[in-house]
Amino acid sequence: MVVDLPPFSQLVDAHWRDVARLAHALAGPDEGPDVAQQAWTKALAAYPTLRDARNLRSWLLTITARCATDEHRARARRPVLTDPPERAAPAPPDPSDDLLWDGVRRLPRRQRAAVVLHYVGDLDHATVAAALDTTPAASRRLVSDALATLRTLGVTR
Amino acid sequence: MTDDLVLAMRGYDPSVRPPVLTDGDVSYVVDDTAVGRMLLATRSDGTALASTFTPTDADVDRVLARLARTVSPRVLRGGRGLDGLRTQLDDYLAGRLEAFTVPIDLVLATPFQRQVLPALAGVPYGRRTTYGALAATIGRPTASRAVGAALGANPLCVVLPCHRVLAASGSLTGYAGGLGAKAHLLELEARASDDR
Repeated sequence: MVVDLPPFSQLVDAHWRDVARLAHALAGPDEGPDVAQQAWTKALAAYPTLRDARNLRSWLLTITARCATDEHRARARRPVLTDPPERAAPAPPDPSDDLLWDGVRRLPRRQRAAVVLHYVGDLDHATVAAALDTTPAASRRLVSDALATLRTLGVTR
Repeated sequence: MTDDLVLAMRGYDPSVRPPVLTDGDVSYVVDDTAVGRMLLATRSDGTALASTFTPTDADVDRVLARLARTVSPRVLRGGRGLDGLRTQLDDYLAGRLEAFTVPIDLVLATPFQRQVLPALAGVPYGRRTTYGALAATIGRPTASRAVGAALGANPLCVVLPCHRVLAASGSLTGYAGGLGAKAHLLELEARASDDR
């Protein structure tokens, strides 16, 4: 083996919370646990073939985002917003988490993945771009579009 | 652009559970036993790879790193295959078992250890031998010091009974788990043998 990979159990200990947070944010509380479990199973299967032991956290979060997308695609789910609504919903006085995450999960797929990887996953735009097969500039755009869409939903004050 | 929205996403803290993974190549557990804190590791088919004293977390990390490098990086805590080794160690430490029958793999041993450790099979439960005698058994009568070092780094402590080997003077000399553990194991075997 070219690289010395740490024991997989150390990855689980170090990153399971981050993977679970990301899965929940992307897929919701019902599907989140399944997505996280699926991501870990895929990561474990692929682990010995990994050629680079750096950025294992980014690697795991990228797998999680892909699993969430697969999950998303596999399910006939509530309609995705592709355009801002005709008129903005009235902003509630105190935005609740539910409103925010419901809004996030209704974002177009790539906006949702980008904004969640960037803020929930705390990944920089270069890493988000790599996860989404795009450029850092496009990642920035996806994130700012996502924020703009969420604001039109009245998620912020 | 740090507004409520961004802060809420950064601080997202749902109630979550760790994943349940069983399909690794190496399973391990750290148990507090009657002779000290030990790391037990097996392949998923139950073959014993390590049974070693790990008083500190740094010791645990060192053994796991070696398993990852030497056997497979797919190391899981509490994965498949541990039951046989765990049960036999429990039984042995409770005086219910004399000889381990769980299959072993000396993948963590050096070539010299692979010569020395199998010779321990010739020292039955409740008996003792010396480093010099064991060296003679493997045809290296002058190598008692090297034999001592090979036993000192035994990757399968207790399972391969290096605690039955003493100095020619009868002194306990040394043990990876400490002299207290060595004395405990010898007394356990002496007691159980007397009962018969």
